[in-house]
Amino acid sequence: MQMLRTLRGSNNEGVLALVLLTLIIAMSIISPAFLSAGTAFSTLRSATVPLIFALAVLVVIVSGGIDVSFAAVAIFSAYTAVSFAITTAPDLPAFAIIGFAIAIGAVLGLFNGVVIARFRLPTLIVTLGTQGVFVGVMYTYVGATYYAQLPPSLASLSSVTVIDFATGTGRASLHVMAVVAIGLSLIIWWMLTRTMFGRALYAIGGDAEAARRAGFRVMRTQVLVYVLVGVLAAIAGVAHMVMGRSANPQDLVGDELDIIAAVVLGGASIFGGRGSVLGTVLGVILIQVINNSLLLAGVPSAWLRAAVGMLLIAGVGIQAIAARKKARRVHTVDEQKADRVVEEVAS
Amino acid sequence: MASPPTAAVEPVLAVHGITKRFGGVTALAGVSLDLLPGEVHCLAGENGCGKSTLIKIISGVERPDSGEVIIDGVAHSRMNATSAITSGVQVIYQDFSLFPNLTVAENIVLTAEVAGRQKLYRAASVRPKARAIVDELQLDLDLDSEVGDLSVADKQLTAICRALVHAARVIIMDEPTTALTHTEVARLFAVVERLRARGVALVFVSHKLEEVLAISQRVTIMRSGRVVTSGLASDFDRRSIAEHMTGSELDESRLVADLDESAAPRLVVSHLDLPGAFHDVSFSVRPGEILGVTGLLGSGRTEIAEAIFGARPAASGEIFIDGRRADIRSIPDAVDAGIGYVPEDRLSQGLFLEKSIADNIVAGSLDRHRNRWHGLDRARIRATIAGLFSDLKINAPNPEAPVRSLSGGNAQRVVLAKWLATEPKVLVLNGPTVGVDVGSKAQILDLLRKAAARGMAIIVISDDAPELVSCCHRVLVVARGRVTHELSGDEITAEIIHERMAA
Ligand SMILES: Nc1ncnc2c1ncn2[C@@H]1O[C@H](COP(=O)(O)OP(=O)(O)OP(=O)(O)O)[C@@H](O)[C@H]1O
Ligand SMILES: [Mg+2]
Repeated sequence: MQMLRTLRGSNNEGVLALVLLTLIIAMSIISPAFLSAGTAFSTLRSATVPLIFALAVLVVIVSGGIDVSFAAVAIFSAYTAVSFAITTAPDLPAFAIIGFAIAIGAVLGLFNGVVIARFRLPTLIVTLGTQGVFVGVMYTYVGATYYAQLPPSLASLSSVTVIDFATGTGRASLHVMAVVAIGLSLIIWWMLTRTMFGRALYAIGGDAEAARRAGFRVMRTQVLVYVLVGVLAAIAGVAHMVMGRSANPQDLVGDELDIIAAVVLGGASIFGGRGSVLGTVLGVILIQVINNSLLLAGVPSAWLRAAVGMLLIAGVGIQAIAARKKARRVHTVDEQKADRVVEEVAS
Repeated sequence: MASPPTAAVEPVLAVHGITKRFGGVTALAGVSLDLLPGEVHCLAGENGCGKSTLIKIISGVERPDSGEVIIDGVAHSRMNATSAITSGVQVIYQDFSLFPNLTVAENIVLTAEVAGRQKLYRAASVRPKARAIVDELQLDLDLDSEVGDLSVADKQLTAICRALVHAARVIIMDEPTTALTHTEVARLFAVVERLRARGVALVFVSHKLEEVLAISQRVTIMRSGRVVTSGLASDFDRRSIAEHMTGSELDESRLVADLDESAAPRLVVSHLDLPGAFHDVSFSVRPGEILGVTGLLGSGRTEIAEAIFGARPAASGEIFIDGRRADIRSIPDAVDAGIGYVPEDRLSQGLFLEKSIADNIVAGSLDRHRNRWHGLDRARIRATIAGLFSDLKINAPNPEAPVRSLSGGNAQRVVLAKWLATEPKVLVLNGPTVGVDVGSKAQILDLLRKAAARGMAIIVISDDAPELVSCCHRVLVVARGRVTHELSGDEITAEIIHERMAA
C-alpha cells in the first residue's frame, strides 16, 4: 500500500506517467515510425516553449493565484528587445538582447504583482486586464511589424543543437533551447522543494492568513512570484522567436489555455498549494504527444483544441473527485492505540 | 502548585493601555498585562470580550489603535508577525492557522525555519525535528499525513507541537484544549510545567475553568474589552471566576423535563456497524429526550454521529425515524429524513465565513421559509433570524456582520442557530458548547431543553461531564467503538461519567 502511494506520487504523477506510457506504446504499435529518437527530440522541441510557460504558470498556481497574461508578457518583452536590436543596435550580442527581454519581462511582472498584492485584487481579473494592456501598449508604442529575420547574433542561435546525429529516417537533433527548458525545470524544481521561498509559495497557496501569522512575508513573496513569471515568460518569448527564426507580434497570445491545462493535468491544484515540476513536465509532454499523435492520425486541428479543453475538464474533475473521496475517508480507530489510551487513563 | 515568582522579577513581555476598535465595535479598551518568566498566566472572559484580539496584537497580527507592547523593556507601538516570532513569542491560535496542504512534520517545523531566516530548506531535517517534539508529548501523530486530512483533535495537537518546537520565551495558547480529552490535556500540562521550570512565560486561554485553575499561577479576567480583575490563581475558584466574567452567579444545576413514557421513539438506531470505527451500536431516543454520548477521543463517538448524518454512512445496520426506516447513504438523505448535525470542526465544516450571520443562519433552512407560491417568505426569514440572533445572544453589532469578524465562541453559536432554524426531528450536536463561555453554556443548554420540549430528539456528544449532567436524560458511554454503559436517572453524575469513561 505504502509502495503504491509512493509510486502514484503526491500529485498523481505516477498515473500521468502511466497514461503517457500507454499512449506512446499504442502509437508505436499503430505506426512503428513513432518510436524513435527523432520523434522524441521533435516532441521535446515542440514542448520547449510550452514547458517554460508551464513552469511560470505552475509557480503562480502553487502560490494560490493564476496568471493569464504570461503570453502577452512573453511577446511584449521578446518582441520589444528584438525590434530594438533590429532597428537601433544590430550588433548587440545575443546575451544582451536576451537580458533586455528578461528585464522587460521582470518589469511587467512587477507591475502585475504590485497591483495584485497592494490592492488585494483577484489575480485572474488583474492579469486578464493587464494582458490586454500589454498587447495594446506593444502595438501602439513598439510596433506591429513582422520581422522575417532576427538580429544576426540571435539568428546564429537558431541553428545551435546540442546532440545531433543521423538516424535511418533522417536527422535527430536536440535544440539548444530545449536544453534551456530542461535547465529551467531543474532550477524551478530546486526552488520549489529546496528553498524557503518555495516553501513560502506552498504555505501561501495553502492558507495566506496562516502564512502571514507564521512570519512569511506574504506580499513580498507574491510580488516576487509575478516577477518570476515575467522573467520566465520573457525567456519563453525569446526561445519562441529563436526557434521560429522570426519575430511576429501576433504569436503566442491566445494559446494560454493549453498551458494552464497542462499544468492542471500535471496535478497542480487550481485552489493553490499543490503542484510539482515533475507533474507539470509530464502534463506538457502528454499534451504535446496527444497533439502530435492526433495530427499524425489526420485529425483536423480544430479538434485539437476540443481535445485540450476536454483534458482540462478531466484534470479538474479528477481533482474534485479525489478531494471528495478524501473528505469521506474514515478516520479509523486504531484498536491498539485505543487500548493504550484506556490503560493510561486507568492507571 | 509551585508558588508564584516574587514581584522583583522583570516581566518578559508587557502590554500597556491597548485599545482596538473594529469599525464601531470596541474590542479592547485600555488593556494592560504583564507576563513573568516561569509563570502561567490565564486569560478568562466571556465570548467576544477581546482575548483573541489581545493575543493577535501581541503577536503582531493585528495593529492596536493605541498602546504599546513592551518586550525586554523595549516598547513597540506595533509588532509585526516576524518580529514577534524572532523575539521569542509563539502563539497557538484559536483557529490553529495551519497549512492544510502540507504534512504534519512540515507544519510543525516550518515557522521555526521562517523565524531562523533560513534561505534553504532541508527536507531531510524536518522529520527528526518534528519527531522529537511529538515524542516529548508522547503523541501518536502521523508525521507524513497532510494536515487537511486530520481530525480536529490531531490538528490541534499539530498546532501545539508547532508552538513548542521553538525555543520560545513566551508561549500563548488560545483555547488549546477544545478538541482534546483528559489524556492529551494531562500530557500538555506536563510539558507546560517543564517549560515553566525552564523560565518560559505562558498565557493560557480556556473556557474550561478546572483547567484554568489547575495550570495557572495568575489569572486575569476580562469583560467587554477591559480587565476587571487580576490576581493569584489561588485566590480564585470556579464560582468566583465565573462571577467576575459574567457579573452574575453560575448555574449548573441538573434540570431535565419529565418524559412521556408512552411516546414512541423518534429515532431508533439498530445494530449499526462500520468496520474500523464502531460495532453493533443500538439505541433509541424519544421525542423531547436529550441523550448524552460520551467517550474518549477516537472511541468512535464522532463516527457514530457522522454515520447517522450520512457523512460516512455505516456499512450495515438500520436507522428508523418515527418508526419509518430511513436509508441513509449521504448527507442529503439524512437531511431529508429530518436529521440535523452540528459538527465538531465548525470553522471548517459549518460556516460560510465571508457571508453575514443572517445568511448563515438561514443557509440550511430556506425550504422551510417558503410561502404558498414557493417564493421565499421574507418576513418569516427575518423573524427566524432575529429570534435566533437574540436567543443565542450572538455578540455582534447586527446580523449583517460577516461571520469572519466574530469571536470563536460566537461563530459557534451561529452554527447552532443554523441547525436550530431547520427544526429537524433529530438534532445531533457534537460538542455544542466547546469554546462557549461558562455563562452562555447555561443559556445554550436551556435552548436545547426548549427545542426538546417542542418534540425534537436531541443527541449531545460531549466530554464535558457537568454539561451532560445538567441536561441529559440518559448518557451512553462509548469505548473502542462499542456502547459500554448506559447511565440514567441518579447514575448521571460527573464522578460516575468520568469513572465509566476510563473503565
Ligand atoms: N476582524 C474583525 N472585524 C470586526 N470585528 C472583530 C474582528 N475580530 C474581532 N472582532 C470583534 O472583537 C470582539 C472581540 O473578539 P475576540 O475574538 O477577541 O473575542 P474572544 O475573547 O477571543 O472570544 P472567544 O472566547 O469567543 O474566542 C468581538 O466582538 C468580535 O466580534
Ligand atoms: Mg477567542
